[in-house]
Amino acid sequence: MPGSKSIIPFGPQHPVFPEPLQLRLVLEDEKVVEALPAIGYVHRGIEKLAEKKEYTQNIFLVERICGICSFMHALAYCQGIEMLMDVTVPDRARYLRVIWSELHRLHSHLLWLGLLADSFGFESLFMQSWRSREAVMDIMEATAGGRVIISTCIIGGVRRDISEELMAEVLKTVDVLERDLEIIRPVVFDDYSVKQRLVGTGRITSEQAYDLGSVGPVARACGIARDFRETGYAAYKEIKVTPVTETGGDAYARARVRIREMYQSIDIVRQAVRDIPAGDIAVPARGNPEGEVISRVEQPRGEVIYYIKGDGTKNLERLRVRTPTFANMAPLLTMLPGCELANVPVIVLSIDPCISCTER
Amino acid sequence: MVSLLKSVINNVLRKPETRCYPVERRAPFAGSRGHVEMDPSTCTFCGVCARKCPANALTVSKDPRSWTLEPYKCIVCGYCADICPKKSISMNPNHGLPGGI
Repeated sequence: MPGSKSIIPFGPQHPVFPEPLQLRLVLEDEKVVEALPAIGYVHRGIEKLAEKKEYTQNIFLVERICGICSFMHALAYCQGIEMLMDVTVPDRARYLRVIWSELHRLHSHLLWLGLLADSFGFESLFMQSWRSREAVMDIMEATAGGRVIISTCIIGGVRRDISEELMAEVLKTVDVLERDLEIIRPVVFDDYSVKQRLVGTGRITSEQAYDLGSVGPVARACGIARDFRETGYAAYKEIKVTPVTETGGDAYARARVRIREMYQSIDIVRQAVRDIPAGDIAVPARGNPEGEVISRVEQPRGEVIYYIKGDGTKNLERLRVRTPTFANMAPLLTMLPGCELANVPVIVLSIDPCISCTER
Repeated sequence: MVSLLKSVINNVLRKPETRCYPVERRAPFAGSRGHVEMDPSTCTFCGVCARKCPANALTVSKDPRSWTLEPYKCIVCGYCADICPKKSISMNPNHGLPGGI
């Protein structure tokens, strides 16, 4: 019957979804006219649990909000507490934080690239990008002791130093990655089949992206030059970051932004390893946090906001996290209407959703 | 066509990227946080580790002297090894089997 609408539940379990999210797609034939999201499948009550734990224990808790950008969660939390307690982090620790942050960005973007390739059936690109990602995982384990959840950030600095030999290993790893990226980049940028699926898919205008409050690569793919690293937290004061922007506003532009950001991250790691000063890696933080603060950090998916309220005891009064995927949900729901059902996975993956982050 | 041929030859000649686990195992990195180890000869059973453990995985009692690690709760963060006043707790780089120590 032409013109009649049907609703298809997309998720919570779907082959392309790494995490459970449900989208109820209102379809007219094969065309999406509306998308209704349903979240709540991986809610773990982390914000409430953070009020029960000591503020030092919370570092390990907030790292577990997201498996992919775990270090940046700990960084945002520690920076917030350091602001409340007036702790000045030693220079070497600031540089080490940048190195681990950028390694996290690299492995997050490689993971995303694999998932995006998987969403349109390009299995060999999926395999190759995840193979390259293993190099980052290995260097993370060698420098920090863990593959993903590295638990190195503490209040007042970092827990581990990277020795000279390991710094050389880090440089070797980014060299290998750059070589791999030189093979991957032309495939994503120029391949006919990839462009057929990505160009024009899930397009939003710059105004829409701004009005809907999109962050990270979704905003930068619409030409909005906004990257929180520009403001100079950690060692980004010394290492200048220029936001990578594209103007297409579609899935192809978002893919280009992320691939170019990987090159940028490689550059930042090299600069940080070159310029890192010698010295202490942590200062002791005494007392308890009191007052309220908003701490922001640029994650691979965009800007994360931590609101921390302490009352002078070892437990926090309130911890609130606004994660980048939550901010990118509204733009996603604007991208979906009008697209074909077959393009829904590509559009959803193009914002790099992290549902565990969103629900906490 | 030429680049395709190059890829094909490369793929035929290259060793596989994967490892034949468990026959062939990668040696752990020196600083890897594999599992928690405790040396009972130096431990004073002060209980600092149990109070500070983010996952409440440790139970320590002075009388009778006991130190228990619940492997299913432990998140292998290594915080206990950092804060132990006698440095009795250390991280062994070898990964334990899931759920076992």
